[in-house]
Amino acid sequence: MKADDSGLAARGYLYYPGCSLRATGVAYEESLLTLFRLLGLPLRELEDWNCCGATSYMSIDEGAAALLSARVLSLARQQGAEDLLAPCSACYLALRKTQDSVHRYPRVQQEVEESLARAGLTLLNSTRIRHPLEVLYTDVGLPAIHTKTVRRWRGGQVACYYGCQLVRPYEGVDKAQNPTRMEELLQQVGVPVVDYALKTKCCGGSLTGTLSEVGLRLNYILLKEAARKGAEAIVTVCPLCQFNLDAYQRDIRQQSGERFDIPILYFTQVLGWALGGGVRELGLHRAVSGRNLIKRWFQAHEPVEAYV
Amino acid sequence: MSEHKSDIRTGVYVCHCGTNIASVVDVREAARHAASLPGVEISREYKYLCSEPGQALIRQDILERGLNRIVVAACSPHLHEETFRTAAAAAQLNPFHVQMINIREHNSWVHEDKARASRKAEKLIRAAVRRVAHHKPLERVRVPINPAVLVVGGGIAGIHAALTVANAGRQVYLVEREPSIGGHMAMFDKTFPTLDCAACILTPKMSAVKAHPNIKLWTHSDVTDVQGYVGNYRVKVTRWPRMVREELCSGCLECVAACVFKEAKVPDEFNFGLSKRKPIYIPFPQAVPQVPLIDMENCIQFRTGKCKKACAQACGDRKAIDFQQGEEIKEVDVGTIIVATGSKTFDAERAAYYGYGTYPNVYTSLEIERLVNACGPTAGRVVLRNGETPKSVAIIHCVGSRDENTNRWCSRVCCMYSLKLAHLLKEHTGAEVFNFYIDMRTPGKGFEEFYQKLLNEGVHFVRGRVAEVTEWALDQSEEGKLVLRVEDTLLGLVRRIPVDMVVLSVGMEPHADASEVRRLFNITCSSEGFFLERHPKLAPVNTFTDGIFLAGSCQGPKDIPDTVAQAGAAAAEALALIGAGYMEQEPNAAYVVEDHCSGCGACSALCPYSAITLDAGARRSSIHPVLCKGCGTCVAACPSGAIRQNLFEDEQIFEEITGVLTHG
Amino acid sequence: MQALTLRKMKFQREALPQWVEQISDIPGCERVYSCIQCGTCSGTCPLSIYMDFTPRRVIALVREGFRTEALTCQTIWLCASCYACTAHCPQNVHITEVMYSLKREAIRHRMYPPRFPIPVLAQEFYKSVRRRGRNSEFWLVLRMALRSNPFLLLKMIGTGWRLLRTGRLSLKREKIERIQEIQKEFAAPREAIS
Repeated sequence: MKADDSGLAARGYLYYPGCSLRATGVAYEESLLTLFRLLGLPLRELEDWNCCGATSYMSIDEGAAALLSARVLSLARQQGAEDLLAPCSACYLALRKTQDSVHRYPRVQQEVEESLARAGLTLLNSTRIRHPLEVLYTDVGLPAIHTKTVRRWRGGQVACYYGCQLVRPYEGVDKAQNPTRMEELLQQVGVPVVDYALKTKCCGGSLTGTLSEVGLRLNYILLKEAARKGAEAIVTVCPLCQFNLDAYQRDIRQQSGERFDIPILYFTQVLGWALGGGVRELGLHRAVSGRNLIKRWFQAHEPVEAYV
Repeated sequence: MSEHKSDIRTGVYVCHCGTNIASVVDVREAARHAASLPGVEISREYKYLCSEPGQALIRQDILERGLNRIVVAACSPHLHEETFRTAAAAAQLNPFHVQMINIREHNSWVHEDKARASRKAEKLIRAAVRRVAHHKPLERVRVPINPAVLVVGGGIAGIHAALTVANAGRQVYLVEREPSIGGHMAMFDKTFPTLDCAACILTPKMSAVKAHPNIKLWTHSDVTDVQGYVGNYRVKVTRWPRMVREELCSGCLECVAACVFKEAKVPDEFNFGLSKRKPIYIPFPQAVPQVPLIDMENCIQFRTGKCKKACAQACGDRKAIDFQQGEEIKEVDVGTIIVATGSKTFDAERAAYYGYGTYPNVYTSLEIERLVNACGPTAGRVVLRNGETPKSVAIIHCVGSRDENTNRWCSRVCCMYSLKLAHLLKEHTGAEVFNFYIDMRTPGKGFEEFYQKLLNEGVHFVRGRVAEVTEWALDQSEEGKLVLRVEDTLLGLVRRIPVDMVVLSVGMEPHADASEVRRLFNITCSSEGFFLERHPKLAPVNTFTDGIFLAGSCQGPKDIPDTVAQAGAAAAEALALIGAGYMEQEPNAAYVVEDHCSGCGACSALCPYSAITLDAGARRSSIHPVLCKGCGTCVAACPSGAIRQNLFEDEQIFEEITGVLTHG
Repeated sequence: MQALTLRKMKFQREALPQWVEQISDIPGCERVYSCIQCGTCSGTCPLSIYMDFTPRRVIALVREGFRTEALTCQTIWLCASCYACTAHCPQNVHITEVMYSLKREAIRHRMYPPRFPIPVLAQEFYKSVRRRGRNSEFWLVLRMALRSNPFLLLKMIGTGWRLLRTGRLSLKREKIERIQEIQKEFAAPREAIS
């Protein structure tokens, strides 16, 4: 670990799961908690958290979305955290955006503060919004990840996919143009990565559900280019990206006529496995696509009764 | 209220400046108000005071009404103070009895509330009327001009300026940082819009510089110190060692041939690494001076001390090669300086979405200039990194220009050089050429005609800024290609265009060390970092420091015709000063009231112009009236109030303040 | 195919010049005036190829005050808020924010196609979070489909089954404990951000 081992562990991170990690993204939560436990950094869940007011919400009422995020920020401060860990890209963006507009526009600040006051809450706008990718890269550090690795990677090449809202429009997690931190982390545990030009292209978000022809096509392009580059799996940092790429591969086959069965993993699953986590505690049994490959890659040290 | 001096007869003149002032400030009311002030003999408003009839009005009033003070409320004194002082002098009034106040830039151009702007104008007039009563007659100081000229930078701007001054019979010192003069122009193959060969027009001028009896050329050198003032600058030039003695070398280049490196292995800077050179080399075949230099990082003798020194052997009795050569400092006195330090091109890696540095077949426009050049690394054959000829080429305009994330300005030359490169690439390879532009800017003489020529050559013009260059292939037709994604804004459609070669038309930006150069010469920069001219229209080659002039792209992006025109103008300005033989300085120097001076030395330590000398024996400071630039630092610092300043006497300033603060 | 007799001329009387001032007053939309129509936004947008007006043209519509076209176009609903345009724009126009503001205005004035699933999804999301403080994906999708196009559910059966089998389909309706805090926050009308 980079700085002071015990200090970092004692400080800990307050953790804001967000709605997705309690539903389709449950494997993200499982693997995140496991990975941080293996690193000796247990996460403490934000008590009585609410929805961040993400994308769809901003389309109806941006002010209300800001108030939802503001309550989350306010709770974080109440519960004594300087850092708030937001693993979902949409949550990360919504919280950052609220902080930014409160900071930038006095009239927004005034309204947010007045609204919070009615609920008996106060806003301290200094909480740092963090993403696990950035925490692992800067707080934990590449050498610590390398030292704690207990398993050799037996899988194939992967493509690292960042999606959109984590790297744009706010810098902080990684470079907007050509992020590389996920690749650097995975290389520490011996995972070969391919050059993937589409790593920050959008997966279409909720379009897979609302305008499926368009949403599926976007995901088809992402899968196809990863395969063309020789990747056998795609590693993601966002529950929505993972869901779109993973859950719709059959529909994509129907639309495009091309068959895909590619595992879509969370980076926390890959790192957690390298650090000794079990298949079930990393949620690897929850994959919809590429189950056979997952079975082969991650079977070495675990019984695999989950696969039926 | 101060006591009213009965012998003061002031004329107040309020200018409309067309509608520039009059549309916001009530000029009639301002003039009426001025007429009511003590000591004011006459008050007028006029459409354009700076015009000849306007000036005649002032002259006539002085003569007919016996005015002895003039207040002009108009534009910035930067623009017309001299005009009105001259008018006063023509009517036998001391020019420093004129006070000008700015009710345009400081008032009508920045205020919207007309009533309050008008009140502000009245207050300013009141302040000036009170102040001018305390003005004293002053004499301008004459400074002699040393006729020698320093030209800094040996690109086309510096070359042209140096030759112009030298042809007028004056001594020129030309200092160039690189080992050869020629600058960016020496890299080009052809020039737009006439497509005449750059070498054919540049190299004769380069050799003329070398041969000219009035030009002392110092390449591989930097100006490291500048002291003095207009007409009397003392300059230090550091000549970096080439390890080849210029005065002994005949330019035979036997040393280069003999070097123990049988093959060139070092990336050649002049060709951006597209070719290799040896550790002893000349930058390019037409270099001036024709003297090689040794690159100490790669030379075996400097790295290990164990080379057999084949170069020195080849040089033989000339003994021009000197491994012990050290730097040399030259000190010269000049009267004027022409700064022509040029600019650099935008670093294309900063625009990561175009893949420069990632994809080998993405080039900058300067690299392509070298590839199409007959004496370039491929002798003019345009080939990809694998040696194949491209069948399709994309030229992307505005890379590092018109972009808030990099450089905001338009670089002015890229549209035209992109057209030129499109023509040359098509001519050399027969490839299908695409130009991607935001706006096509071809405003020079013969430029639009050149655009028409390219349209008729069948080059593609797509209006749209390319979003990205990737090697992401959607199907077989894109496999192995660089693929551009762009909105064709004229079609309103997004297009994917696969090509073999991408050319990034990089913009122009200030050199990385522009701010150090600025400090060295005590000149100013605009916000983007280019050197600032004194006035964009009326003093385009002057700086705010007298005797220092600008030429070429150090002042802002420009093409060769504009650069040469500006270099000629800078030379003419320098020659005008030399021809006059002296320059008159504003008499705003500080002076010491000797009886009050205790000789503490606080002033001399603070003076930024080293204009104050302290006589320790007599315990008195004295200020050199020419060296003093009137900054006022010593006046404020003197603990005993012994330093005063012409045009800024205490009573003048207090009267001015009182005038602003008085109601009425 | 459109009728050969369709007139497409824009008359200046249809333009609302003051509307662009309102848009530019919304936080994030200030630089809409700075657009130089270079098309970087459309070039980088993954969805522009499906849009009736490319993002660049939407900005032009806003700038010229053609409100009806800007609010009724499909573009604003296809925008997935990926911020590629905003990050790449050479003039720092926050195009994503402009799209959001147009979506909000279109919803307020019901200027979108009936039963169009995207605004319906946004509204259902809004209602559920206001009532319960959290969003439950299963119920959200169900309500969205029922209100827009129940046929969507048929397409989703397979995906739903696979999610259920892997324990990723939660039927629980999430709710926070102190929902009254959110309700109090929303109790007063807001002006600065709407």
